[in-house]
Amino acid sequence: MSDTKAGASSADETRGARVDDDTPLSPDEDARPDTSVDISVDAVTDLPKGKMLEVDDVTLRFGGVTALDGVSFHINTGEILGLIGPNGAGKTTCFNVMTGVYQPTSGDVKFMGEALGKRKKFQITKLGIARTFQNIRLFHNMTALENVLVGADAHHSTGMGSALLRLPKHHSEEREGMDRAYELLKFMGLEKRADELARNLPYGDQRRLEIARALATNPKLLCLDEPAAGFNPAEKARLMELIRSIRDQGYTVLLIEHDMKLVMGVTDRIVVLEFGKKIAEGVPAEIQDNPAVIAAYLGVDEDAS
Amino acid sequence: MDLLLNNFWELTITGLAYGAIYALIALGYTLVYGVLRLINFAHSEVFMYGGFAAVWVLTAIGATKATGLGTAGFLVVAFATAMAMSALVALVLEFVAYRPLRKRNSPPLIALISAIGASYTLSEAMGLRDKPFKWFGKDQDLVRYVGRPREASPFPLNIEVKRLFYVFDYHVSNIDLIVLGAAIIMMIGLDQFVSRSRLGRGIRAVAQDPESAALMGVNRDRVIRLTFVLGGAMAGAAAVMYLLKVGQIRYNSGFILGVKAFTAAVLGGIGNLRGALLGGFILGVAENYGQAVFGGEWKDVVAFTLLVVILLFRPTGLLGESLGKARA
Amino acid sequence: MNAVRNFLHGVGDRFRALPRWAKIVLAIAAAVFVYLLPIINPPLITTTDSDFGAVLFLCALYALVAIGLNIVIGYAGLLDLGYIGFFAIGAFTVGILGSAHGNIPLLLCIPIAMAVTLFSGIVLGAPTLRVRGDYLAIVTLGFGEIVRLVLVNADGLTGGSRGISNIPTPPSLDLFGVPHLVWDGFVAKVDLSNQTRFIQFSVTDSIPYYWLALTLVFIVLFLDWRMQNSRVGRAWEATREDEDAAELMGVPTFRFKLLAFATGAAIGGLSGALFATKQQFINPDNFTILYSVLFVAMVVVGGQGNRWGVILAAALLTWAPEKFRFLSDARFLLFGLVLMALAIFRPQGLLPPRRSVRAKRADEETEVLEEGAAHV
Repeated sequence: MSDTKAGASSADETRGARVDDDTPLSPDEDARPDTSVDISVDAVTDLPKGKMLEVDDVTLRFGGVTALDGVSFHINTGEILGLIGPNGAGKTTCFNVMTGVYQPTSGDVKFMGEALGKRKKFQITKLGIARTFQNIRLFHNMTALENVLVGADAHHSTGMGSALLRLPKHHSEEREGMDRAYELLKFMGLEKRADELARNLPYGDQRRLEIARALATNPKLLCLDEPAAGFNPAEKARLMELIRSIRDQGYTVLLIEHDMKLVMGVTDRIVVLEFGKKIAEGVPAEIQDNPAVIAAYLGVDEDAS
Repeated sequence: MDLLLNNFWELTITGLAYGAIYALIALGYTLVYGVLRLINFAHSEVFMYGGFAAVWVLTAIGATKATGLGTAGFLVVAFATAMAMSALVALVLEFVAYRPLRKRNSPPLIALISAIGASYTLSEAMGLRDKPFKWFGKDQDLVRYVGRPREASPFPLNIEVKRLFYVFDYHVSNIDLIVLGAAIIMMIGLDQFVSRSRLGRGIRAVAQDPESAALMGVNRDRVIRLTFVLGGAMAGAAAVMYLLKVGQIRYNSGFILGVKAFTAAVLGGIGNLRGALLGGFILGVAENYGQAVFGGEWKDVVAFTLLVVILLFRPTGLLGESLGKARA
Repeated sequence: MNAVRNFLHGVGDRFRALPRWAKIVLAIAAAVFVYLLPIINPPLITTTDSDFGAVLFLCALYALVAIGLNIVIGYAGLLDLGYIGFFAIGAFTVGILGSAHGNIPLLLCIPIAMAVTLFSGIVLGAPTLRVRGDYLAIVTLGFGEIVRLVLVNADGLTGGSRGISNIPTPPSLDLFGVPHLVWDGFVAKVDLSNQTRFIQFSVTDSIPYYWLALTLVFIVLFLDWRMQNSRVGRAWEATREDEDAAELMGVPTFRFKLLAFATGAAIGGLSGALFATKQQFINPDNFTILYSVLFVAMVVVGGQGNRWGVILAAALLTWAPEKFRFLSDARFLLFGLVLMALAIFRPQGLLPPRRSVRAKRADEETEVLEEGAAHV
C-alpha cells in the first residue's frame, strides 16, 4: 500500500529515457517555448542593483553530520549564479536553508538586506524566493493551469469571505491569475496542455511546468534545483537557453547543476561546494581552471561530465 | 484530590493492571502500523473474539471453580484458547480485508474503510450469533452455552480474591498478580522474539524499508501475516486478563477498549513496541488517578485529554515511532 | 457499478453540453421533483416500514453532514473521525439556548450553534492540525468521544443522560395544504385526506423539515461550490496533493487546513441544530462515535472530493437500511460487509471526482491512439 510513489518515479524515468537526441523538449513541434512573451513583472525587474541574497557563514548540522560548514556567498540582482559540486556536496541542503525548509544551526541568510530568521516557508516565498525540486513535485492531480494558478495565488489574498461573496477582489485576482498563468504557460510552450493533468504530461513538460509554477509567484529570486536532470545534452542546452531568457526578462536565477560543462555556458558566476564547504567562487573561466575544483570533480565523481 | 492521595498505591497498581491490558492490545496496533502504516481498526474485534473463545471453552469443560493447580490449569487453557482464537481471527482479517487492497496499492484511507467495515462485520456477527440457530429453532439450547448474543457473557471461572502482600498501604490481590505477571511474560517474550529471532528481524526489516527488505529476500507477505498473528495473540491474552479484571465480555466490548489501546500506542509513539507498553501503562495509571480526582464518569475524558496534550508537546509520541530501529 | 457511474457521468456530460436556458429549466425541474418526493411517494423508492418523509429528512440531513465532512476529508485531505462531536455540539447548543437554559428562538439559535461549532473547530484544530495525518484521526476520534462523555456527565448544563426536550421548532407559516399521492400499482391517486400543511413544523409531519433541510443543502452546496472554485479550493487541493510543495509555493497550508476544519465543523453544527429542532428531544445516545464512522463512510463511499457523490452516498446509506427494514437486525452486519466490498472492489468510491475520471479517460485515449486505432 505504500509503493505508489516508487511506481510513479520509475515511470518518470522510463519516460525520460525514451527521449533521444533530436527530440525537442516536448513531442509537440508547435509547443516550443515562446521566449518572446513578456513575463516580466515590475516589482521584480525594478530592483536596485547589488546584493540580493547573502548567505552568511551558514552551518547546518544534523545530529553528528555537518551538512553545511560555514558557507558564505551572495547573489547579485539580475545575474545567474551557478551552484555546483559533486553529489552530496550540500547544494540542495543549501537551497533548503534559503527557502526555510531547514533552520541553519548558525549563521544566517539575508534577502534584500533582511535576515530570513524564523520565517515560515510560505512567508519566504511571498518575500520573493521561489524554487523547483530535484525530483519533480507538481500537484499531480491538478491541471497544468491549476498548478500555475496555485503559484500565482502566492501574491493573492482572497480568503473565505471574498470567495463566498464573490467580492470584486475575487474576480480581479482570478483574472490576474489567469492572465499570468497563460502568459507563463505560453512562454514555456505549455499553452496547449493547460487543461491536462500534471501527471499526464511528458517528463520534459513537467520540468518546465515546475518552472512556470515557481515564476507565477513573482519571485525576485528563482532557484532551480537541477532543472535538467534526466535530460540528454541537446535538451539540456535548450533548457539553458530558456533559463537565460528568463534572466533576460529581469529575473535573478540561482541554478543548481551537477554538470559543470553545462553551467559554464549559462552562468555569470559560479559557487562550488564540496562536502558542505565552499571550495571556490568566481566567473566560469576562473572555476574551470581552479585546481581544487578539478580535483573535486575528478577525484570524487565520475559521472560529472 | 484526597481520594487520590489516600489511595495512591491502590490506584497505581490497579492502574498498572489495566495498563497492561491496554499495552497488550496496543502492541497489535503498533506492530501492524509499523509494518503496513495502517490503523487496524478491527483489532478491537480480534480482542473480543479471543475473550469469547475463552469463555466458551471454559464453559464447555466445566471450569467454574477450582483451587491451586486446577485454577492454574484452567487459566492456561483460557490463555491458550483466547490467543489461538485471536490469532486466527487476525489472520483471517488480514486475508479478507487487507490483502486484496495491498495487491491493488490502495491508498491508506481506503484500507481504513475496509478496516471499519471488517470491524462492524465481526462485532455484529458476534452480536447475531444466535440467528443461524434460530432458523432451526435451537436458539434456546444455545443460550446455555454461549449466552444471549446482545448481552454480556460472564467469565465462568470464579477465582477467589486473595490478598497476598502489601505494597505500602495497598494489599495486592492474586488477580492483580496474575494479570501483571502474565502481561510481563508476554511482553518479554514478544520483545525477545522481535529483537532476536530471524522472523523478528524480518519484521524490523520490513518496518524500516519494505523495498530493501524485499530485495534482501524477506518475504513481505509472510512477515505481514506474522505481525497479525503476533498482535492477535497479544490481544487474546489481553482478553483473558480483561475477563479476570472485569468478569464479563460483550459483543461490543472491543470498541472503546480498542480506541483506548490505540490511544496508548499513539501515546508511546506508534510503530514502537516499547512505546506501546509505556503508553499502555501510563494510560492505565493516569486514568485511575484522573478518576480519583474528577470522579469515575470522567475516566475516559482524562484518557483522551492526556493524548491530545502529549501530542501537542511530542508530536511523535513519547518514545518516537520506529519499529525498525527500536528493538521491541 | 461501473455502468451506474458511467451513466451518472454521462448524464453530467449531457447536462453540461446543454444551452444555458435548458440547463436552468432542467435544474429547476429536478429540484422541484426532489422537493416533491414525499408528496409524490414514488413506488419502489418509498419506504413502507417507516415514514417516508422522516426518512427523506434524514437523507437530506446526512447529505448536509456529508457535504461538510467532504470539505474536511475530500478537499483538504484531513481524516476527521470525530465529526459527530461537532454535530452534537450544534444540537446541544440549540437545546441549551432554546429550551434547557433559555428561550431563544430557533432562528437565532442556529447561527449561534454554527458560531460555537466553528469556534470549537478552531480550538481543536489549532493544536492538532500540526501533527501528522494518522494522529489527527485518533485525536478527532477522542474528541468525539469526549464531547459525548461531557454531555452525559455535565448534568447541570445538558441534562445528562436524560437529555433535553421541548426544543423549539422553526416558526410556522400555515398557508395551504398539499395533498399526497397514493399509488395503486403504477396508478397514482390524489389522497385529499392526507395533506401536508405548507409550511407547518410539527411532530406529526416530517415533510416541512425535509423541505427545510433540502433548502439548506442547496444553499450549502452553492457556497461549497463557490469555495472550491476559488483560491481557497485550489489551496486545499494543493495542500492535499503535496503539503511541503504547497507551502513552498506560498500556500499558508496550516491556515487553510484550519479553515477547512472549522468550516466543516460549522456545517456539522448546522446539521446538528437541524437534527435537534426536528427531534425536539435529544440525549447523548444520539451522538455515539459510530455515527462518526458512518459519516466518514459516506464521504469515502461517495468518492471523496465529489459533492454529488457524497450526497448520493449519504442518501443511499440512510435510505437503504430504512427501506430494507425487514433485515433489521442484520443491517449493521450488511453495512460492514458492503464497506469492505466497496473498499476492495471500488476504492475510488461510487462517483469519484470528475478529475480522476477525466484523467483516466485521457489515459485510455492515449492508449487507443498508441494502438493506432483511433476512434471516438
